[in-house]
Amino acid sequence: MTITRTLMVALVATAAGSGAALAAGGSEKHPEHQHWHFSGPFGKFDQNALQRGYQVYETVCSNCHSLDLVAFRNLGQKGGPFYLDKCPEGFGDSIDCSNPNDNPIVKALADKYKYQVTDGPDDSGDMFQRAALPSDHIPGPYANEQLARLANNNALPPDLSLITKARSGGPDYVYSLITGYEDAPSTVEMAAGQHYNPYFPGDMAQVMKPEYMHDGHPVEGVSVPPGGVLAMAPPLADGIIEYGDGSPQTVEQYAKDVTEFLMWAAEPKMEARKALGIMTIIYLVILAGILYWSYRKVWADQH
Amino acid sequence: MTTSAIKDGDVSEDGEPTRRDFIHIFGAATAAAGAGAVLWPLVQQMNPDASVLALSTKEVDLSSVPVGQAIKVMWQGKPVFIRHRTATEIEEGEATPLSALKDPLARNANIGAKDEATDDDRVKASDGVVRPEWLILVGVCTHLGCIPLGTSAGENRGDYNGWFCPCHGSHYDIAGRIRKGPAPENLPVPPYQFVSDTVVKIG
Amino acid sequence: MSHVSNYKPSTGIEKWLDKRLPIVRFGADFMEFPTPKNLNYWWTFGAILAVCLVIQIITGIVLAMHYTPHVDMAFASVEHIMRDVNFGWLLRYVHANGASMFFLAVFIHMFRGLYYGSYKAPREVVWMLGVVIFLLMMATAFMGYVLPWGQMSYWGATVITNLFSAIPVVGESIRTLLWGGFSVDNPTLNRFFSLHYLLPFAIFGVVALHIWAFHTSGNNNPSGVEIKDVKKDAVPFHPYYTVKDGFAIVVFLILFAAFVFFNPNSLGHADNYIEANPLSTPAHIVPEWYFLPFYAMLRAITFDIGPIPAKLGGVITMFSSILILFVLPWLDTSKVRSMRYRPIAKLWFVLFVIACLALGFLGGKPAEGVYVMWAQIATAYYFAFFLIILPLLGILETPKPLPRSISESVLHKAPKLETSAAPGAPAAAE
Repeated sequence: MTITRTLMVALVATAAGSGAALAAGGSEKHPEHQHWHFSGPFGKFDQNALQRGYQVYETVCSNCHSLDLVAFRNLGQKGGPFYLDKCPEGFGDSIDCSNPNDNPIVKALADKYKYQVTDGPDDSGDMFQRAALPSDHIPGPYANEQLARLANNNALPPDLSLITKARSGGPDYVYSLITGYEDAPSTVEMAAGQHYNPYFPGDMAQVMKPEYMHDGHPVEGVSVPPGGVLAMAPPLADGIIEYGDGSPQTVEQYAKDVTEFLMWAAEPKMEARKALGIMTIIYLVILAGILYWSYRKVWADQH
Repeated sequence: MTTSAIKDGDVSEDGEPTRRDFIHIFGAATAAAGAGAVLWPLVQQMNPDASVLALSTKEVDLSSVPVGQAIKVMWQGKPVFIRHRTATEIEEGEATPLSALKDPLARNANIGAKDEATDDDRVKASDGVVRPEWLILVGVCTHLGCIPLGTSAGENRGDYNGWFCPCHGSHYDIAGRIRKGPAPENLPVPPYQFVSDTVVKIG
Repeated sequence: MSHVSNYKPSTGIEKWLDKRLPIVRFGADFMEFPTPKNLNYWWTFGAILAVCLVIQIITGIVLAMHYTPHVDMAFASVEHIMRDVNFGWLLRYVHANGASMFFLAVFIHMFRGLYYGSYKAPREVVWMLGVVIFLLMMATAFMGYVLPWGQMSYWGATVITNLFSAIPVVGESIRTLLWGGFSVDNPTLNRFFSLHYLLPFAIFGVVALHIWAFHTSGNNNPSGVEIKDVKKDAVPFHPYYTVKDGFAIVVFLILFAAFVFFNPNSLGHADNYIEANPLSTPAHIVPEWYFLPFYAMLRAITFDIGPIPAKLGGVITMFSSILILFVLPWLDTSKVRSMRYRPIAKLWFVLFVIACLALGFLGGKPAEGVYVMWAQIATAYYFAFFLIILPLLGILETPKPLPRSISESVLHKAPKLETSAAPGAPAAAE
């Protein structure tokens, strides 16, 4: 019954492939594939990379982008950038530093974070600003969408909490976008405050200079460049952030670290998921083997 | 072999499992173990989640509470009374003999369950520090769970200058000990610790 | 149950209970149900589907303990489940991927029924109840996909509810009724949550009827020949098929686990990790993969059919593609059930499966150019298969000789047909 087997294979393949098939389309460049610490079924986050990535987010990205879904305490939970197995020297026995709410690094980060938390109303009915606590979500740069647009030439910087899952191409896309800025080709006319990026999904035909276009199509010998234009200027430059651990202070390294951090922010339970997954698959394979044996025995007397 | 021998289950004619049935029992047991393991996350998800646990402790700044006044803060969904006691009030609390108390036990989560309700033991922190000017109580009447009056200025503080529960008329003294009325126990003291001169961590 | 009950209450309590509520007898008879001995692995998908339904109901009830059906909080509450709730990530990923697994299994189950003629007399009601289950599943899955309130949730809900406005005269009113407002909004989300919670229990009820129905008619089997001699042709359901179904379920769970633990988002769409924004439509609105074939048919009708405008034509076509299954038992005129003995029908069937897969592929492509043309061809074939090919083949085709009994089919066909597809299938276990 090769027919039915072929169908089964085709069905599974369709199921698995449709997600990828959907992502196709558009004329932007395909994201550069990177090797990540967290790739593959055994991949894990690298804690040093996460710490550097947080530093990049905190220094650069957070000037425009929020990270609404991440609380400071998340930074100190198991698998997080600042998780501590046990307290560093100089802390009493009474504190459990593996508890993210008592983690001294997290407390310090929250307390002196560049933005404060709006709380209130107080007894006189006014809202007030206070330093963040580990239980607070990381405060963003703008109080609301309108203020964010006002400050960014009417563009809205997206929240980054889920960005690596909310873009097709995932972390590869985020990395490629940050590092992939290019000078705009001479065939296009860029408005002020716009930046060309070959990885950004868009329609460059809309910004081609009129002399290169005819009836909505480029003239002979000219092609529409890949990518699109976006309001975000290239955010990184070599050396703008001081790393404490001697890692290279290059755009590529910054981008890689911050992408890893953002992947963690989007999927903080990934390590637990993969670990449980391996146990589950092993268990199921063993159980399948036992049941198959049992099945053969039960059916042994049937022709 | 006849089908009836198998369909009766993994058992031979004399009722004892045989060696050739072992694999069926083993298979069923392995599957049952897996089903049991599945129950674990299904039960665990009901426990307090990380965002709830993050609020299981609370740090309170005491610098804004003048002597002789009290504040009410929320901790784990319950009101906590923090009273900055005057020297007279502390004296009054210490002078009360244990024999005058309805409930002789300290009810302080920071010390042993059998310790007596002296004024000192009512204000002892989890690391043993005693700062008698700060009285910290879970503000839930031990009778039927109402919130006693007496924290805010101008409220009825009862016959013993502490708290008064309006629901059924329980009177608590200046150390939060039950003195009169239907409540069976002293107001409980939550776990707490002073993290600095002016900040206390409750929980 | 059609077979004679062999249950003999042995203890006093069992005798007492048997006269009042014969539930033990019911279970015992269920386990002894005479089942054709030649069922292959395609028949295990019934049990797999039962497992899928139970998994969805259990994880769904648990997720509802943490989910908030409000437009301002739904998206954040789902992320709260993913980040804060103990094992919340596991529960949500199982539930989300479980829907895909459920549909994968139900598609295989339906193709199996088509190939082996499981819809033919006396199993018309079994088949029709199955179609009812499928419709309920689609409604449940659609409303469930709206609940996370991501961009695809919102725009999928908008597009699908707008389909109803194509209905003449009352369409607009129906759409407003579904929305509970003037666009997809909080009332819509609330009612979808309520119905998403309710419908699985309706499915559970219809599944019970579905099982009752085929326990009355007896199982079909790969030969399509009825059981003639219970001793020779059938085996008791337990342990023969409990262990075989159990094995297949575990193998299926391995695939399930591979998605949940190592590729949990591969079947979803990236845009659904962006919170719903009524002011910005995503570049491509696509439904979940299991709706793609129907979505392709909806979009294939780009032309007016007489007085019917294209929009209404698409809606009619999409719904007809499922409704036509209700009358399939009377459209197929062949007396032979299994396509194993229908050499010509088998070829058309393969083409039918290819058309369905093609529609699935095309549903994920933008509706432009050559994609539309292929979708039209595949849609035309889909309907022609039921309306022209099956009715005509019953008259024109000469089937191969049928085996006299199930046991004979097993003895003669086993080496050639069964071993290649399903090693260890009963027929091969000689």
